[in-house]
Amino acid sequence: MELEKFSYDNKVVKAFIIATVTFGLVGMSVGLLAAIQLFYPIFNFDLQYTTFGRIRPLHTNAIIFAFVGNAMFAGVYYSTQRLLKARMFSDALSWIHFWGWQLIILAAAITLPLGFTSGKEYAELEWPIDIAITLIWVVFAWNMIGTILTRRERHMYVAIWFYIATLVTVAVLHIVNSFEIPVTLFKSYSWYAGVQDALVQWWYGHNAVAFFLTTPFLGLMYYFLPKAANRPVYSYRLSIIHFWSLIFIYIWAGPHHLLYTSLPDWAQSLGVVFSIMLIAPSWGGMLNGLMTLRGAWDKVREEPVLKFMVVAVTAYGMATLEGPLLSLKNVNAIAHFTDWIIAHVHVGGLGWNGFLIFGILYWMVPRMWATKLYSTQLANIHFWLGTLGIIFYALPMYVSGVVQSLMWKEFSPEGFLVYKNFLETTVQVLPLHMLRAIGGGLYLIGAILMTYNLIKTAYAGSFIANEQAEAAPLAKAYSVTSGGWHHRLLEHKPILFTVLALVAILIGGIMEMVPTFLIKSNIPTISSVKPYTSLELHGRDIYIREGCVNCHSQMIRPFRSETERYGEYSKAGEYVYDHPFLWGSKRTGPDLHRLNGKYSNTWHYNHMLAPDAVSTGSIMPAYPWLFEQSIDKSLTSGKIRALRTVGVPYEDGYESQANDDLDKQAAEIVASLKADEIEVMPETEIVALIAYLQRLGKDIKAEKVASSELKTPN
Amino acid sequence: MYKNVLQNIDNIAIWPVVSFVIFFLFFLCLLWWVFTSDKKFIDTMKQMPLNDGGTKTFVKQPN
Ligand code: HEC
Repeated sequence: MELEKFSYDNKVVKAFIIATVTFGLVGMSVGLLAAIQLFYPIFNFDLQYTTFGRIRPLHTNAIIFAFVGNAMFAGVYYSTQRLLKARMFSDALSWIHFWGWQLIILAAAITLPLGFTSGKEYAELEWPIDIAITLIWVVFAWNMIGTILTRRERHMYVAIWFYIATLVTVAVLHIVNSFEIPVTLFKSYSWYAGVQDALVQWWYGHNAVAFFLTTPFLGLMYYFLPKAANRPVYSYRLSIIHFWSLIFIYIWAGPHHLLYTSLPDWAQSLGVVFSIMLIAPSWGGMLNGLMTLRGAWDKVREEPVLKFMVVAVTAYGMATLEGPLLSLKNVNAIAHFTDWIIAHVHVGGLGWNGFLIFGILYWMVPRMWATKLYSTQLANIHFWLGTLGIIFYALPMYVSGVVQSLMWKEFSPEGFLVYKNFLETTVQVLPLHMLRAIGGGLYLIGAILMTYNLIKTAYAGSFIANEQAEAAPLAKAYSVTSGGWHHRLLEHKPILFTVLALVAILIGGIMEMVPTFLIKSNIPTISSVKPYTSLELHGRDIYIREGCVNCHSQMIRPFRSETERYGEYSKAGEYVYDHPFLWGSKRTGPDLHRLNGKYSNTWHYNHMLAPDAVSTGSIMPAYPWLFEQSIDKSLTSGKIRALRTVGVPYEDGYESQANDDLDKQAAEIVASLKADEIEVMPETEIVALIAYLQRLGKDIKAEKVASSELKTPN
Repeated sequence: MYKNVLQNIDNIAIWPVVSFVIFFLFFLCLLWWVFTSDKKFIDTMKQMPLNDGGTKTFVKQPN
């Protein structure tokens, strides 16, 4: 057959590579800042734009969507073209994708420090950006599917399967989790409430790890590892099993993020069972990767690309063994809310994603610039700095997690909590946090060395913008020959394949989502739980804006150590008006769900102004701006209306009197502060925040009083 | 309407079991599918990343 001449587009890959490296450095630096803030709160700079609660989402978003995202696109565009023997479907789409994604990152970098956040972890971006993400993702998918349909290679290599699954699933996850009702241009409320919101969020959060950080990178592993080692993957059959079982099982395991919470038991059990099953495909994949290098270990010793990849694949194996272990209820009881989870995430992030990206960059750049790597030695130094960085990061965090958790749970022989003051347990682990920052610093220095090395490499070579290639076009008529028909059927029918992948993830998704619809019937309704007042609503929005949820949970688990410390454990019915839910996933500070009445308004006022002055040695940042800024009362009625739309039973017409209510409640707080000689204007943000803090756990107390007085059944 | 249907599913504990059965059947099919596939075909697939001609057909282009 006549060979067709065409070229591979390296230019867009180059653009994505530059973005990867740039945002990698930015994201890691911001992470380092966040780490330092946790032992030197002065690095919050007393500024709202740099306070930990806003910096932490900036870090996670920069790493996940900017660093890892751009790296994914670079690798996917590079390998897809070559595996399908076709240029990307449309250069225009490639560039819209590139610039669109960078604009989204820019928007995130501006809005997150400004405090525009939905409050949902890893989905913090507000609704206009959510829509932009959807559109750009569609462009990416369109470009990919177009390329697949115009390919010159009949069969799709397993890497392409992973990419397709990524395309489809990320779209589904993002859309389902982003249902929200806008209030203003940069403020919205989650469509779901409480337990339902939590389940959707962690179904999303868990599967974002699976389909944004894992499947595309497994695809990249199956392409770049054989290339770098110059030998085919150990077992292609295993890779197929790996693929299908991974995408099928992963989607079910989300509820393991919510063990011992107010989520119904059976949903928790479902999460555990599927998490354990996940070990099999994950380890299958890891072994497949490592076995590919059998007989080539001498090469691994010399070639930094392979070194990075070996550590990456090993880290993948560690993280995917640890994940299922963490989903065992008794392990989870210790690890949840602690630094252990931070360690776990960073073994995945720094080890698996980071190191695989470094390996791929060291492999691609010299080839795209038709030259050799500027310095192998520098790459080796990077490798060792990075590895040390991971160790110095992960080990202290594991120790910190276990130590702190044990302190939370320690009872004296007389039956009292030994560390009654939460802060004591935080202060104990600060030296470990310092070590962690050193680990992060080493890792960052390594990445800087890589940047220098890659720039030098690029300058030494000359860039091949369009790499020439030739291949025969696909014959129109293709008859399936005997043997393995069923297999080929799938592989050369991308549409069918895409549909099947979609079905696989939807089965899991729906089986998990049905319960979210059922949940109304699962939540014992607590009659004393009422919607927030208008002032409390403003306060809650400040709580969301400042990212308090990054340090404080609002979820007391049914353990003696927690009920002793905080009070009655949290019930599902308490959250029915929480749009979004604010359970939190990390306790750097104590749980706040039973805060009502614990302290006076004056205490809160002083504490928010200077936590360290009230709780000596506190690492909580100060919030001086809350004492200068005022709430915007013109938004009150819009907020009420939006919440009513999503099901909060505010009476008709309440919005017109909401501000009067607000003034009344604010006046009470102002009066109580005045009694302690504190003068404050009623519209000041701190007043609203205090109102919200004093509301936490109030309703359930009313319930108790009511039932003990009336002794009514139910 | 559909909400009522869903809310009337009372035997909730059945869900994990149903889930597991679906997965198990799926997995059996998968195994059958993989292990009955053609060896020659598997070998071609395996070689794909190595035969993609990417690095061998360097032709410099003016940028
Ligand atoms: C960097 C993590 C961090 C952030 C962010 C943070 N806190 Fe704290 N918070 C702590 C720590 C640590 C303590 C315990 C020491 C203390 O009392 O200051 C604490 C204590 C508290 C307490 C006292 C709880 C008790 O039962 O003693 C309240 C109330 C509180 N924080 C409210 C907030 C609010 C509201 C925000 C957001 C505006 C916030 N915190 C943000 C770390 C944080």
